[in-house]
Amino acid sequence: MSHPPYALKTRFWTPGVVVLAVLMAAGAAAILARFIGGIGYVSNLSTARPWGLWIGVDVASGVALAAGGFTTAFLAHIVGRHYYEPVVRPALLTAMLGYTFVVLGLLIDIGRSWAIWKPMIFWNFDSVLFEVAMCVMFYLNVLYIEFVPVVVEQFKGRVNLPGVLAGLNGLAESLLNLADRILGRIMWIFVIAGVVLSCMHQSSLGSLMLVAPTKVHPLWYTPILPLLFLTSAIAVGYPMVVFETTLATASLKLDGEMRVLGPLTRITIYLLGLYLALKIGDMVVRGTYVHLLEGTAQTNAFLVEMILGVIVPWLMLLSERVRRNRRALFAACALIVGGVLLNRVNVFVVAYKPPVSEADYFPAVGEILITVGLISTLMFIYRFLVTHLPVLSAPAREVSA
Amino acid sequence: MNLTRRGFFRIAGAAGAAGAAAAASPSPEVRAAAVPDDPYGCLVDLTRCIGCRKCEQACNRVNALPEPERSFEDPTVLNRLRRPDARAFTVVNRYFPGRLDAGNQLVPTFVKIQCMHCQEPACASACIVGALTKKENGTVHYDVSKCIGCRYCMVACPFEIPAYEYHDPVTPRVMKCTYCYERISQAGGLPGCAEICPTEAITFGRRKTLLEVARKRIRDNPVQYLDHIYGEREVGGTSWMYISGIAFGKLGFIDVPETPTPRLSEKIQHTLFAYLWSPILLYGLLGGIMWTSRKRGPHSEAEEGDRR
Repeated sequence: MSHPPYALKTRFWTPGVVVLAVLMAAGAAAILARFIGGIGYVSNLSTARPWGLWIGVDVASGVALAAGGFTTAFLAHIVGRHYYEPVVRPALLTAMLGYTFVVLGLLIDIGRSWAIWKPMIFWNFDSVLFEVAMCVMFYLNVLYIEFVPVVVEQFKGRVNLPGVLAGLNGLAESLLNLADRILGRIMWIFVIAGVVLSCMHQSSLGSLMLVAPTKVHPLWYTPILPLLFLTSAIAVGYPMVVFETTLATASLKLDGEMRVLGPLTRITIYLLGLYLALKIGDMVVRGTYVHLLEGTAQTNAFLVEMILGVIVPWLMLLSERVRRNRRALFAACALIVGGVLLNRVNVFVVAYKPPVSEADYFPAVGEILITVGLISTLMFIYRFLVTHLPVLSAPAREVSA
Repeated sequence: MNLTRRGFFRIAGAAGAAGAAAAASPSPEVRAAAVPDDPYGCLVDLTRCIGCRKCEQACNRVNALPEPERSFEDPTVLNRLRRPDARAFTVVNRYFPGRLDAGNQLVPTFVKIQCMHCQEPACASACIVGALTKKENGTVHYDVSKCIGCRYCMVACPFEIPAYEYHDPVTPRVMKCTYCYERISQAGGLPGCAEICPTEAITFGRRKTLLEVARKRIRDNPVQYLDHIYGEREVGGTSWMYISGIAFGKLGFIDVPETPTPRLSEKIQHTLFAYLWSPILLYGLLGGIMWTSRKRGPHSEAEEGDRR
C-alpha cells in the first residue's frame, strides 16, 4: 500500500475513450455555433432567465465538486494525516481540471469572452461575483503551482523533447530543477492559500443569489446560504474523491484503494451531518417547512435533493458494512455528489423564478451538448494525465482477484 | 513538506506584509457611488396615459434603436402584454382592470414600463466590473466598455428589466432604458419619452419635487387616485414613480420589498471581507495548525485503517 504514485502507461484508446471523443466533437460543434450565432442561437436563455444550465452545472457544480482538492490538501498536508496521501494527487488533479473547465465554461457563458480579464482592472467591492472571480482566478493558479511537483517528478533528469525542440532540453531541465528546489520549501504557502481561497469562494458562491430575494424560492433563500454552500462543499470533498477514485480505478483496472477510502468517509459522517443539521435547522427557524409538500416542481426538487442527496447517503455511511464495501460506498458517495450537484442546480436554476414572466426554462440541446462536451473533455484529459504522470498510487488489480 | 522553523517565520512575515498591503488598498466599504440626494425623476400619472405609444416611438428614435416589426401607429400591438427587450427600452401595455364607462364598455388603463432607475440599484451592486453605476442625476448608467457579459445584473434586477443581445456572438450589450443620460445632463434636457408625451402623463423633474406634485394630486383628488406612489419606497425608492386610480397589483406592477434588495449580500460581503480580516485570520490559523502538526511522520497513521 506504500506504493508511490506512478504513471500508468496503460493503453489509452479504449472504447470508453472513443465515446468521450465523440461527445467532445459534438460539444465542439455546439461551441462553434455559439461563437457564430451567439448565445441565443444555442441556448434557451432569455431576459427572464439569464442564467441556466451552464452556470448551474459547469460553474457552480464544477466548483463544488472540485472541493476534493482543498479538503484532502487540508487533511494530508495541514493536519498532517499522511495516511491519506494516495488520494491527494488524484483529488488535486480533479480540482485543477475542474477549475480549468469552470473558466472554460464561463468563457462560453459570458457574452464578451474576450473581456474576461476586465474584473482585474475594474473592481466592484459590492459585487459577490467580483470576489468569486478573484478567488477562482488566484486559486486556479495555486492549483497549477501545486501540480508542478508531479510534472517535475516525472521528467526531472529525463527531459527529452522531440525533434526541433530538443535544443530546449537543457533549458527545460534547469527550469524543472529550479522548480524542484524552490517549490519544496515554499509549497506550504500555496497549500494554505488554496484552503483559504476555497473557503472564501465556496461560501461566496452561495451569497451570489442573495442579491435577488424576490426571485429565489424561500426553501433555498436564506441568509445562511453562504454557510450552507461552504459546509456542503466541505462535506462533498471526500465523497467526490471516493466517487472519482472508484471510477478511475475500476476503469483502469487498479486496486480500489478501499483502505484509504473507507476511513476517509468516516469523516464525512460528521461533515455531512453538520450540513444536514444546518439545513434542517434553517428550515425550522425560518418556518419554510410549510412549503415542503406543495407538490410543485420546485418543492419536489428540494425533497429529492434532501432525501436522496443527503439523508439516505448519510444513513448509509453510518453503517460500517457500507464503508467497507466498495460498491455500497460508491453508491453512497455517488448520491452525495448527486445531491450537491442538484443543490447547486436548484439554487441557480430551479429555485429561480422570474418575477414577471412565466418563462419556464429547460436547457436547449446546444446547452446540453456543450456541458456534456466539457465534462467529457475533462475526463479525457484526466485519463491522459494519469496515464503519463505519477498521479495514482493504486497497484494494478491482481488477475486472481 | 520541508518546513523549517526559520523558513516558516520568514515567509509568514512576507505573507503578513502582503496582507497588510491588501488591507491598505481601497477599503471594501467604499461604494462606487453614494445614493444621490435629489436625483431627477419621472412621475407617470396612469390616469392621464392614453396609450398612444408616442413615448415608445421617441425612445426608439433618440436611442437609435432598430425599426420595430410593427408600426408605432398599429393599435393591435396592444392586444398582448409586452416586456422591454433588446430592441425596445420602453413599452406601453393595456390593461382592462374592470372599470366600465357610461356606455358599459371596459375602460382601459395603460402602463408604460422601463428601467425604474432605482436609488440603490441591485444591478449596480451585482455588476462584477462596476459597469452599471448610479449617477448623481439619477441615471442607472451602463458603460459597455467595462461589461464582460456575465448577466448577473439581469439576475439581480427585481423588475426583470435588463435585456441582452443574445444573438450577437462577440460584442453583445445589456440593453435597458438609458434615462437619456446625455440629454438630461444638459440644461433643460428631457428624456425622449417625457418630452413627447402629449397628455403630460410623464412629468420630469427633481425627485423630491415630483413626490410633492404626486401627493398634491392625490390630496386634491382622492376619488381619482389611490394613496400610493409606486416607487416612493419600493426597493428603497426609484427615480421613476407612478400614481394610479387602479390598484397597482392589477396593472402588472410587482410587489417588491421596501428594503433595497442588495442589502443582505452587501452586508455579508462587507462584514466578512472588510480589510480581508477573515482570510488573513484563517491563513494564520491554518498556518498554526500546519506548524504544530509538522512532526507527524509520513505514515504514522497506520492505525487509521483500524479505527474505522
